[in-house]
Amino acid sequence: MKQNWFYRKSSIKKLWIGTIVILALTVLAEVFVTLHPHFKVEGLFGFHALFGFFACVGMVVFAKVLGFLIKRKDDYYDV
Amino acid sequence: MTCSLFHPGLLLILSGLLIPFLQGTKRTLFVLMIPCLALASVWNMSFGSACSIQYLGYELILINLDSLSRLFITVFSLTVFTGSLFCCKQAGSKELAAAFIYAGGAMSVVLAGDLLSLFIFWELMALASTLVIWSAQTENSRLAGMRYIVIHLLGGVILMCGIAAYVHETGSIQFTAMQADSIATWLILCGFLLNAGAPPLTAWLADAYPEASFSGTVFLSAFTTKTAVYVLLRGFPGTELLVYIGLFMIFYGIIYALLENDMRRILAYSIINQVGFMIVGIGIGTEMALNGAAAHAFTHIIYKALLLMSAGSVLYMTGKRKCTDLGGLIQSMPITAICGIIGALAISSFPLTSGFVSKSMVTQSSVDEHLLWVWLLLQAASAGVFLHAGIKFPWFVFFQKDSGLRPDDPPFNMKLAMILFASACIILGLFPDLLYVMLPYEVNYVPYTAAHTVTQLQLLLFSGLAFFVMLPLMKRTLTISLDFDWFYRKFGKVVSIFIIDKLCQLQKMFSLHFSNLKLKRYLDEKLDMQLSLAMGMSIIMVMFVISLSYFLF
Repeated sequence: MKQNWFYRKSSIKKLWIGTIVILALTVLAEVFVTLHPHFKVEGLFGFHALFGFFACVGMVVFAKVLGFLIKRKDDYYDV
Repeated sequence: MTCSLFHPGLLLILSGLLIPFLQGTKRTLFVLMIPCLALASVWNMSFGSACSIQYLGYELILINLDSLSRLFITVFSLTVFTGSLFCCKQAGSKELAAAFIYAGGAMSVVLAGDLLSLFIFWELMALASTLVIWSAQTENSRLAGMRYIVIHLLGGVILMCGIAAYVHETGSIQFTAMQADSIATWLILCGFLLNAGAPPLTAWLADAYPEASFSGTVFLSAFTTKTAVYVLLRGFPGTELLVYIGLFMIFYGIIYALLENDMRRILAYSIINQVGFMIVGIGIGTEMALNGAAAHAFTHIIYKALLLMSAGSVLYMTGKRKCTDLGGLIQSMPITAICGIIGALAISSFPLTSGFVSKSMVTQSSVDEHLLWVWLLLQAASAGVFLHAGIKFPWFVFFQKDSGLRPDDPPFNMKLAMILFASACIILGLFPDLLYVMLPYEVNYVPYTAAHTVTQLQLLLFSGLAFFVMLPLMKRTLTISLDFDWFYRKFGKVVSIFIIDKLCQLQKMFSLHFSNLKLKRYLDEKLDMQLSLAMGMSIIMVMFVISLSYFLF
């Protein structure tokens, strides 16, 4: 059976390249758009990109650490 | 009786009672027609109060219609219609009947003009939603439903105490905006918040909803929490405490969803997260914020039902719900996958979807009020929504490693229901004015400015990048996460077993033989679950009373 497009090695590479191009474009678009920063920090170049990225990294790491404390086997309540 | 014919809530409740007597095509036509009738009747009603009855010397107002209640009735009817379409061929009559009574209860709460009738329908919702959970007819759903109803009855008791005290204080049963400044209004606020999934009793939602059947969860996701949002919108707008409660719920939902392995439990946690956004809006309390909260409730009900229909289709076709068992389903379930992805984009507030035009009103209202920290947290949370629901759900179910499962797309009616709500998500995103004209206050907000679109895309796409960079840290494990329900599932059990054991020893020590009191029986007959619940509830009640008296005196 032919492998699905999403699962071919070649398309995974294409997807990554496409993703990086789109990410770069969204940041570059800021040059052509007038932002209307209400808070100072909003006006920094690429603020939303950096903030989105690091906020998510922070949340994943926090979840991982919390996981050590509160994760239990999924039959925890059954026994 | 004229009133019940035109009261959309009573219409649904009565037709719910009729459903078990119908079969086949008749039942299908009936369940599709009734929500349309409810929708038509609410749009043909004029604003104001109607349908009042005398009860215990008070005047109950069953219909109090304004643009806010009409907005909620509209989206409730749409959900009943689409949910019924989704399962009209597959679901049992008992489940559909319970779902109709549940939805009718929710509509009646929304229309209620006084606290007494609000309370009656509030409790009806609790009972009917438990029946929806039990309709799955599994051992897990029986136990989860039991825990669910006990929590909701507890909430009902708190609410009733509040209402009784309120009526005693003010002499009026009218439901209007209140201030949380007396024990009565505090109790009412707590009762409302419990149904919204607010801390500390958040666990009931993610515990119970995923145990319902593939279709039951679709109904459950729409009514209880959103009715709570509605009563908070009406009863406690601008209560500052709600901003903090909402922010807590937002991040609680994200973190727990990140830890979760069950696809429907991920979506259940994200309900709490999304309701958090609405609660923050209610707490900010400006016209823009309240509009945003109401609009977000509207769009949320639609895309959450869509996501749960997509997950429900996967469950229906494969019988599996754990991310560790799923993956690669896009290859054989393209329509389910695409509809699920549209729902995921909408919940993440991508431009051109419904979430974008509603959530940004809440965010904008924090800017207008110069609340920098609230704004920063809301932005971080928006990125987090994409992380925990927007990518995580579709990625682990439809992509990631190939699980080897090759189920087909679900039957025609299920596909149609998903396509209907997927289109709704996009239409509302393209034409936000359709939604804005229904909102309680006039809208002076343009979502699609170049700056807003670009910054939102940056926020979301880089959050997506973070997901794939951090993927090794998010490997799915066969685990659950501890929550406040530990008190009534584990701690209560340990304490009650300990007490019974000690009593049994005493009994032996004194060689007492009570003819009817056989304590060991409680443990032998698997009554430990009930004992555990009772003990847990007592602990919670004691903690509640202590903290309430600490706050008030």
